[in-house]
Amino acid sequence: MDTVLDVKGLKAYYLMKYFGISREVRAVDDITMSIRRNEIYGIAGESSSGKTSLIKVLAAAMRPPLEVVDGSVRYHFNGEEIDPTTASKEDLKRIRWKHLSYIMQGSMSVLNPVRRIERTFADFAKEPLGLSGPAFRERVEQHLSSLKLPPSVLRSYPHELSGGMRQRVTIGLATVCHPEFIIADEPTTALDVVVQKEVLSMIREIQQKMGSSVVFVTHDMSVHANMADRIGIIYAGRLVEEGPTRQMFFAPKHPYTAHLVASLPRIGDTTQRPALEGKPPNLADPPPGCRFHPRCPLAIDKCRTDVPPLETVDTDHRTACWRWQDVRPLDGAPTGKMEAQL
Amino acid sequence: MRAYLLFALKRLLQLTAVVFAGVSAAFFISRLSPISPVESIIGRVSGNSSFSPQAIESLRSTLNELFGLNIPLHEQYFNFLGRLIVGDLGPSLIAFPTPAMQLVMLALPWTVGLLTVSIIITWLLGNILGGLAGYYQNSRLLKAFGVLAIGVQPIPYYIVAFLMVIIFGFLWPVLPISGGFSMNVRPGWTPQFILSILHHSILPATSLVLVGMGTWFLGMRSLVSNIVTEDYVTYAEIAGVKEERIVGSYVIRNALVPQLTALAMALGGIFSGTIITEQVFSYPGLGTLLIRAVNGGDSTLVLAVSSVAVIAVASAIFVIDMIHPLLDPRVKVE
Amino acid sequence: MLSVFKDLIRYNREFTIGLLLVSLIVIFACLSFFSPYPAQDIYVVIPDQPPSWQYWFGTNSRGQDLFWQLSFAFRNTLTFGIIVAVLSRLISITIGLASGYLGGWVDRILMFFNDIFVAIPIFPILILFYFVLRSDLNTYTLAVIMACLGWAFDARLIRSVALGLRFREFTRQAIFAGMSPRKIMMEEHLPYVMPIVFSTAMANMIWSIGFEVTLAVLGFTNINIPTVGTALYWANNHSAMVVGVWWWIIIPVVLLVMMFLGLFLLAVSINEYIDPRSRLRRMGS
Repeated sequence: MDTVLDVKGLKAYYLMKYFGISREVRAVDDITMSIRRNEIYGIAGESSSGKTSLIKVLAAAMRPPLEVVDGSVRYHFNGEEIDPTTASKEDLKRIRWKHLSYIMQGSMSVLNPVRRIERTFADFAKEPLGLSGPAFRERVEQHLSSLKLPPSVLRSYPHELSGGMRQRVTIGLATVCHPEFIIADEPTTALDVVVQKEVLSMIREIQQKMGSSVVFVTHDMSVHANMADRIGIIYAGRLVEEGPTRQMFFAPKHPYTAHLVASLPRIGDTTQRPALEGKPPNLADPPPGCRFHPRCPLAIDKCRTDVPPLETVDTDHRTACWRWQDVRPLDGAPTGKMEAQL
Repeated sequence: MRAYLLFALKRLLQLTAVVFAGVSAAFFISRLSPISPVESIIGRVSGNSSFSPQAIESLRSTLNELFGLNIPLHEQYFNFLGRLIVGDLGPSLIAFPTPAMQLVMLALPWTVGLLTVSIIITWLLGNILGGLAGYYQNSRLLKAFGVLAIGVQPIPYYIVAFLMVIIFGFLWPVLPISGGFSMNVRPGWTPQFILSILHHSILPATSLVLVGMGTWFLGMRSLVSNIVTEDYVTYAEIAGVKEERIVGSYVIRNALVPQLTALAMALGGIFSGTIITEQVFSYPGLGTLLIRAVNGGDSTLVLAVSSVAVIAVASAIFVIDMIHPLLDPRVKVE
Repeated sequence: MLSVFKDLIRYNREFTIGLLLVSLIVIFACLSFFSPYPAQDIYVVIPDQPPSWQYWFGTNSRGQDLFWQLSFAFRNTLTFGIIVAVLSRLISITIGLASGYLGGWVDRILMFFNDIFVAIPIFPILILFYFVLRSDLNTYTLAVIMACLGWAFDARLIRSVALGLRFREFTRQAIFAGMSPRKIMMEEHLPYVMPIVFSTAMANMIWSIGFEVTLAVLGFTNINIPTVGTALYWANNHSAMVVGVWWWIIIPVVLLVMMFLGLFLLAVSINEYIDPRSRLRRMGS
């Protein structure tokens, strides 16, 4: 299998000292996963499940107090191997944007408010592309027009653009160098549904055209259903289940995934869905054993003491649950009839 | 462009209101004075030689007319506003009969020059250093500078100026501590004269810069330490944008916007500080003139200086307000 | 409140240093109650004695023991600063809360006047007052005048906080419960702005005392009342630096800088504690 990214036993904690009390928050706790060339990998999970921290490590955007405690992250670009958590500043600079790029959460705030779009493009992409003035400009304009943006946006300030346009500009900014690996962190959250759909198909289109790999993060399962080739579910800093999109929706093997899938709203469906009881665990003091057990309807004594390993249950399908054989789709979960919709 | 003009018009209205309120306050406060300028002139004149009571009486009515005191208060007020617009508030007392406004206009360039240069240096230096200190939070040198800024910042202008006089006047006399230029140089557009002005302005300007810089340094440092956590800075860092570019165009550039507003708001206070600094260094500006006027009991001159000070400060604020939309494209110029 | 205080002392070095400096000055000022000499008497000790075991701070050319004289001076100066701070706080809380809560044209009118007060240079106005009142310009009159001039900055700060509170859930509930606007402002909103009131009070004291010293040094107050400013005035009047009575100037200046530094550190650290984003906008003094 042609993998671009290998993550092995990654642990990244927030090590904080506030008024003399030191605390560690285990935002990413022992995650192993790999991303292949030319695929969209969806990462799902509730807010504060650690998915944003994972993304920060992958994008080499860590800032204290977030620190990698253990494990490794390896990118394979052009036969070259690089670990963003240990690489030198110069090496990182060499791969950034040309190979590894990032679409950040919140299109409203990622563009410098006092800088025209064209200058931001020059700041970000001129050096990696290695093009001179007019050629660079032509490249950017061409790229923007493929995102259905007129060249006039280059002369604008961010606040003069609509939310959807701004999001397209940031996607353009992240993809103008045709990177091999794109990390997209909730790129559609603040957008209205129509724009959201447009932006999603745009990302998909660009990915197919360039053959890049995309790690796509969102808590919205319906977006994953439309976008992802494979999905990984993060709960309380751990990867609890991973598999091809279709299997994740029709045959989930982790009670948490089953719950997420069942909570998807669907047209014409009026059945009440049971809410998941309890709150997501505090990552500073996670429960022992399986971290999901306090909220799990299937929990047994073993779940309370022993951490379940990530087991392979089918081709490409792994889950971390002691009772995965007993997991059934919940009421309201998609059935065969809904396949057309996916 | 039309929007900008409208914005300017609105600010101009505000400027007018501030000036109007300020000079009105100055006028009414000065009219509370128990000392009549007319009586003090008469006292001075009649003390030297003997005049007939008729002569004194006619002198009094002439002076009353000259100062515009022979009419009711509200008419005096309107009179004052009218004369202020024309720029003639009557003769001064300490340099009778030189018009008060003429004295003010002679002093104004000194103050404006000293203030403009020192404010620009203070603001730029404080903001750049503070910006660097906020971005490079581990730099020892900048940390030390921060401690120094905290130490100097709360000291009043007077004390700093006074300490400089002690140091350069008594302990290490290398710089002129008094006056605007050397006595042996003839005023005019000659290189010697300009050099002499610059030489004499070093200490007053330095003392203004020293006191003022700490505020900008500390303000900028805390602003920047917040801005570095903004998404657009993080994003530029992730994208591997050049560090100088991030510090300059992303971090400091954004922090300058609120600092410009702060400058407009601080101008009144800075002006007050200049008055006292001028006095300490006997600098021939508005401050020294104001203090001479107070000591000489010259109410016309005090009123003239106060009015011009209000107008000058309000105009400077207006100018800064006009720059604001150029620095921040988001300001709605409606 | 007390635990916050303890935390600040334990973990915020700036706060601790500030508190220490201010406490030292306050204790020193309080010693004036035990002074062996009345405050305004002159020629009670041998003039021009340098600091010694007998006269800790030396004596000045007017025959006063500087230790006791300065202790009076700091008491009066601190009292002055506190009066200004309290009075101007009252004004800025009233204006700020009313402007933020009531909004609309009330807000516009109040902020219009607010901006005028911010823009007018205060020092010429103060000198005008001295020019008119002469020696009637004592500590209390000056305090009232300064309070009337020094509220505008902080009223704007308080307004911005009140503006945010206006749309919060508890405000709406209070309105539905039939509370009067005055009651909402005083009982619901006031606690939220208290931290700002606190830290700006320190900044305000630096500001007002700075002006008092400046005016007094020029002789533009009642020079017979001992304050830090008048102490420096008399020192200049007797050309203390020229005749070599350096302690007459250096000691009050050092004490004054200690007090300013202490107040400033308190203001900064409290400010940081309540809101790391806010900063002291006030310019020097």
